[in-house]
Amino acid sequence: MSHRTVVNIGPFHPLQEEAEFYQLYVEGETVVDMDVRISYNHRGIEKLDESKTFDQVPFVVERVCGICSASHPLAYVQAVEEIAHVQVPERALYLRTIVNELERIQSHMLWVGLAGHFLGYNTVFMWAWKYREPCTDALEIATGSRVSYANCKIGGVRRDMTNEQLKAIDQAVTEQQEPLEMLTKAVLDDPVLHARLKNVGVLTPEDAKSYGALGPTVRGSGIPIDVRRDDPYAAYDRVDWEVITAPGGDVFGKAVVRLLECFEAIKIIKQCVKDIPGGEIDAKVEAIPPGEGIGRVEAPRGETFHYVRSDGSNRPVRHKIRAPSFNNVPTFKASCIGLQIPDVAITLASVDPCYSCTERMCVAVDAQSRKPMYNFAELVKLSQQKTQRLLKQW
Amino acid sequence: MTVVQTETEIPLEGFVGEVFKQLGDAVLEVHQCEARRGIVRIDPRRTVEVAKKMMAMQGSRLATATGIEVRDGIDVLYHWAFEPAGAVVTLKVLARRPELEVDSIADVVFAGNWIEREMHDLLGANFRSHPDMRRLILDDSWPEGVYPLRKDFDQVEDRPPLPPTQSSPDVATDGREGK
Amino acid sequence: MALKMWALRKSLWVYHVNAGACNNCDIEVLELLTPRYDIERFGMILVGSPRHADVLAVTGVCTRQAMPRLQEVYMQTAKPCVVLAIGACANAQGIFTEAYHMGLPVDEAIKAVDPNAIIIYVPGCPPKPESMIDAAVKGMELLKTL
Repeated sequence: MSHRTVVNIGPFHPLQEEAEFYQLYVEGETVVDMDVRISYNHRGIEKLDESKTFDQVPFVVERVCGICSASHPLAYVQAVEEIAHVQVPERALYLRTIVNELERIQSHMLWVGLAGHFLGYNTVFMWAWKYREPCTDALEIATGSRVSYANCKIGGVRRDMTNEQLKAIDQAVTEQQEPLEMLTKAVLDDPVLHARLKNVGVLTPEDAKSYGALGPTVRGSGIPIDVRRDDPYAAYDRVDWEVITAPGGDVFGKAVVRLLECFEAIKIIKQCVKDIPGGEIDAKVEAIPPGEGIGRVEAPRGETFHYVRSDGSNRPVRHKIRAPSFNNVPTFKASCIGLQIPDVAITLASVDPCYSCTERMCVAVDAQSRKPMYNFAELVKLSQQKTQRLLKQW
Repeated sequence: MTVVQTETEIPLEGFVGEVFKQLGDAVLEVHQCEARRGIVRIDPRRTVEVAKKMMAMQGSRLATATGIEVRDGIDVLYHWAFEPAGAVVTLKVLARRPELEVDSIADVVFAGNWIEREMHDLLGANFRSHPDMRRLILDDSWPEGVYPLRKDFDQVEDRPPLPPTQSSPDVATDGREGK
Repeated sequence: MALKMWALRKSLWVYHVNAGACNNCDIEVLELLTPRYDIERFGMILVGSPRHADVLAVTGVCTRQAMPRLQEVYMQTAKPCVVLAIGACANAQGIFTEAYHMGLPVDEAIKAVDPNAIIIYVPGCPPKPESMIDAAVKGMELLKTL
């Protein structure tokens, strides 16, 4: 007779802007079903935006997610620009691209670090976060803040960059290149990581389409969806870069996509710094006419979708925000079933950087006696022990 | 600036136009048909059929859906994205008052599942034959029948009262009985 | 109590609670652990359970759903403990004051279960890691006076 147990993960486990509460239904070591409860981080931003003026909203949506704080304002601003038919000056487009790509590097590095932590490779965690620092420095140089850049405004950007700033950014990403190569090699050539990540948490292309998965999650399944290429915004159609995909749909594929995308980001930034034209940084926007607009931006985790409706007043009538994780999180239902418990932690993390993994509270409860079995530290320990076992084998 | 356009004035051209043509007479009204953006209103009785057609098209995926309260009820906007064409096609379905009910497309495309639960939570739209209509976005103590994204809900004045808090640390359940 | 306080002065262990934050503060909290800021210099580490913790680092606005859980976590934390309210949201709900899904502000939510709670406020959106280190050091100084 099978003995079914419920493993609770959360609620203090924020992926993206939502803290989630997972329940894994396990039989022995194998996960047979999964459920999730969100709402812990629901703050009512969509309603809040209806009480703000068009110019105030970018500062609110910046705080949808602190790690995508360049993507959300940009998506919103593009939606409004679509309503008002604003022609954004060339220089502003390049400046937007630079900030967005810097954000992508820091976000992917952050994920690599946390994935390393989950697998018991704390060296990777420390290294990735250390080598992420030049990038946050570059962002501070570019926008004045390490996070929450407050860079976008309707019609352009709020702050110009001098040649010295651009040079410093160029230098920072050049410095980034070498440690990134080292990290990439460390991940791609490690037999233990191969054993741990390959064929784990597989998301098939069919599932990816039905769940509407986005970003590295879907590109790791071999589907080349990238808004930057398909519906070009900012200066992405003016520079030379490639959409990275990896076959397999497993955790390894997603890791490969993220690491290689950092190199593409560096390539884009370098071209932008070289080619950036002079001139104005913002267009004058008089009033927002009635209408509907859609803004799409490829955030580090996938497409961010903003829908804005205006009735001609100075406030939006409706502002819908769809962050990539809203579509990516439910894919766990497809990718986690049939896995062993130690593999779930990394599969949950594979969709998305989970920044605060370390602080999530987790208790496994025996479904029949209601007695706790694992806490979160023990779950991570299980995951780390599996790596240790494999290490010995190699 | 008010431009009143009837359906005949907008020619169905380009990629978005082709998509609209495939939907046939399920389309009631065309609001916009440009190179990369299109908005149409479709017949609420044929939502599921249209969703199946959209899902079968090359490179389509359901990006998300938006619910908006309008005079006659709730407008549900399904945003379908197309790769690599880079187009977004928005299908509007009206859920009329007082039932505010439309057919669920969650069985056709899983991406519709969560977003329909969200619209049910925040706006009170009802989705017929949705497989799993539990609460998603709002907290456990939020009263039934209060929908924060409705226009008559004031986010400061109409906030439901918070549930009473446990006051004594002694009664804390610490979830570690046994062991 | 005196012995406990004496023990608490060194090596504060931190449990991090995200009560509805946008992750800005959270990545900066994690940043403290990593080589550049390295808060382990002061004997502080992040732990995986509130029962091991002396400090609760709370970020975020404390939403309706998170509030009872935050109170629960506070009650589980070994006493005496210090609450670090990190960021504008945890201090006074920041720009989300008017939003409908708010619970009580973090300090009020915690004082509702323990009126004598020690709360240290770290302002900023997000606060820089340097100011979090400053707050942690001030917290240690404060504990010495108790």
